[in-house]
Amino acid sequence: MSASAEAAGRRANDSDSEVGLWIFLASEVMFFGLLLYGYTITRINHPQAFAEASAQTDVLLGSINCFVIFTSSLTMALAARSLRLGAQQASLRLLGATWALGLLFLAIKCYEYHDDIDKHLVPWGQFAFHGPLAAGERMFFFMYFVMTGAHAIHMTVGLGILAVMLVGVARGTYTQRNSEAVELAALYWALVDTVWIFLYPILYLVHRS
Amino acid sequence: MSTAVAEPAPLEAEGNYLTNGYSLWSWLTTTDHKRIAILYSVTITAFFFMGGAAATLMRLELISPTPLIMGAETYNKLFTAHGVIMVWFFLIPSIPATLGNFLIPMMVGAKDVALPRVNLLSWYVFVLGGCFVIVTLIAGGIDTGWTFYTPYSTRFSQTTVIYGLAGVFVTGFSSIMTGLNFIVTVHRLRAPGLTWFKLPLFVWAIYATSIILVLATPVLAMTLVLLAMERLFHLGIFDATLGGDPVLFQHMFWFYSHPAVYIMVLPAMGVASEVITCFARKPVFGYRTMAYAIAAIAAFGFMVWGHHMFVAGQSLYASLVFSFLSYIVAIPSAIKVFNWTATLYKGSITFEAPMLYALGFVGLFLIGGLTGLYLASLGMDADLSRTYFVVAHFHYVMVGGSVMAYFAGIHFWWPKITGRMYSESWARLGAIVIFVGFNLTFFPQFILGIEGMPRRYFEYAPHFQFLNILSSAGASILAAGYALPLIYLTWSTLHGARAADNPWGARGLEWQTRSPPPVENFDRPPRIPERPYDYDPEAAEQARR
Repeated sequence: MSASAEAAGRRANDSDSEVGLWIFLASEVMFFGLLLYGYTITRINHPQAFAEASAQTDVLLGSINCFVIFTSSLTMALAARSLRLGAQQASLRLLGATWALGLLFLAIKCYEYHDDIDKHLVPWGQFAFHGPLAAGERMFFFMYFVMTGAHAIHMTVGLGILAVMLVGVARGTYTQRNSEAVELAALYWALVDTVWIFLYPILYLVHRS
Repeated sequence: MSTAVAEPAPLEAEGNYLTNGYSLWSWLTTTDHKRIAILYSVTITAFFFMGGAAATLMRLELISPTPLIMGAETYNKLFTAHGVIMVWFFLIPSIPATLGNFLIPMMVGAKDVALPRVNLLSWYVFVLGGCFVIVTLIAGGIDTGWTFYTPYSTRFSQTTVIYGLAGVFVTGFSSIMTGLNFIVTVHRLRAPGLTWFKLPLFVWAIYATSIILVLATPVLAMTLVLLAMERLFHLGIFDATLGGDPVLFQHMFWFYSHPAVYIMVLPAMGVASEVITCFARKPVFGYRTMAYAIAAIAAFGFMVWGHHMFVAGQSLYASLVFSFLSYIVAIPSAIKVFNWTATLYKGSITFEAPMLYALGFVGLFLIGGLTGLYLASLGMDADLSRTYFVVAHFHYVMVGGSVMAYFAGIHFWWPKITGRMYSESWARLGAIVIFVGFNLTFFPQFILGIEGMPRRYFEYAPHFQFLNILSSAGASILAAGYALPLIYLTWSTLHGARAADNPWGARGLEWQTRSPPPVENFDRPPRIPERPYDYDPEAAEQARR
């Protein structure tokens, strides 16, 4: 990769991979943007149903998860920064913390899904709602599962990337002079975090607005 | 090497990217952008003839107003297969993934694309998506049309819609990877001194296309996920009987699929700019306006999707805005056509095969573009959108435009790619046969549309028969026309005369290296010209006398 890049006047401060990753993040924004668009139109058509359905989500677990994922974003940013400054051990610990927090997020989310299934909130099963607003409520939970599901898939991929980073830093593959991979992983993790910032209010807080 | 005699090394002059390994394995594991371009071109050529076969069967059926060789269901499956294959497995990757892959690194003076392994991965993903489509065909095909409109695709179709959706979904990721690669390559790997306004317009066009690929394709991917879930679980988001909105699907779909039209036509415009300047021996007229027009088309292309829903129950005010914006796109498009024409003015024009294809592109794109204005007008569209007028319009843009330009590019860069010349007289004959066959196929469809023949039907009123027979006759000529390049180009790879490094006297960086190029594209750093398209028509004219 780098051999080909040498051919021409490459800029010193960023790399091909970093430019590529930013472009990838732009495409991710469009990916989630479509879901936000579908959610918005459906909610405009069914405001009451969305509010009532949203009341059935577990706002406590959702809020705890906010705390967990935002903290993981902090530890991730610090991990990348520590590595850049040469603090290999600190970076390793922070990466480990990020990984654990990410796993905790997914564990809480799974527990929440389990509750949702118990409460018959899954729109393609025995659905809990039967009132006049059931159609809209069904769509709310459709969007709820698609959006949190897409987010959870991204989290899972992120955990895989973090695992590679952990091993890399532990073995000394990624060091102060070769910290780019960890920084790119941090960028990706920030996207996953940002998506949750959008999902939390529109899925958990509708009935409180 | 140890006992090296002081003999001047032959400057690696013998090896090139084609001789760098002959095994199948060396091709399947290559990260050389030139080889990946060839992998793509072989793949999409296969899909082109599959899609073409479906079209041929349809035209055969339409010779008669009553059923001739198939039932209505088969006809529906054929036009769906034709649409899905031609759009996603030929037109979208056609110029970017083949010519773009081969040329972009060379045109910017680089050894390869920025992310070569991602480039190879994109081809494998593309092939995987293609496998889904082939499975779909074997399992009996889909009958929804390439647009997968709801609620038919979610509630009523009895065919294997999910496999088809999976194929298109997977292929989308190959588009994103290709686009991403080109953006990074153009930003990061330009040779020193090669500033943006020294880049050939082909690079501008592929760059703009890449931005559309990266930003529009994920929208399609997610739309198809929602559609698949809707079909599997009937949750109602696209279903009016369950409180949902079928037009919502159309908005989501066309938010990708209208920009996709520009994915298909912008690279074609890039090719035309290279070929016309070369064979008119003139710098392109209004280089900067041409570059800005490319950017404008890409930007406005994102804002006109609603013109596909004028008759779908969209708000009138939305339709008015979309109609207005659709007219706006005509402006940069017209700038391009005017500038190609002005480039020809007082040029020293010769009519080699690539030029014939490129001129054919300009003329057919002009007709396709102007008839687009009819459809951008609300009143006209209400009448015409159901008819063959639309079919004729977009085939003039997609086939008359993109495919003609693709052939122009393939012929223009063939000596560079293969190191061989093709038979010029056969190539000229091919260009003319394709041009005649194309017009005979699709011009009657404009008239059929104005007379009110509805599209998508396999039976029609008997008084439409004459024009349909003309169209089918044209299709048979067109089919022969497409077979010609397949034959003489294949022949040329084995028996063609050796090509010079720069047989056309063209000015792009890619012509400064050998034909075929060495593995790392340039034996010595290319000379960056003062300005792009540094042609001199008067000197060319004198040289010819």
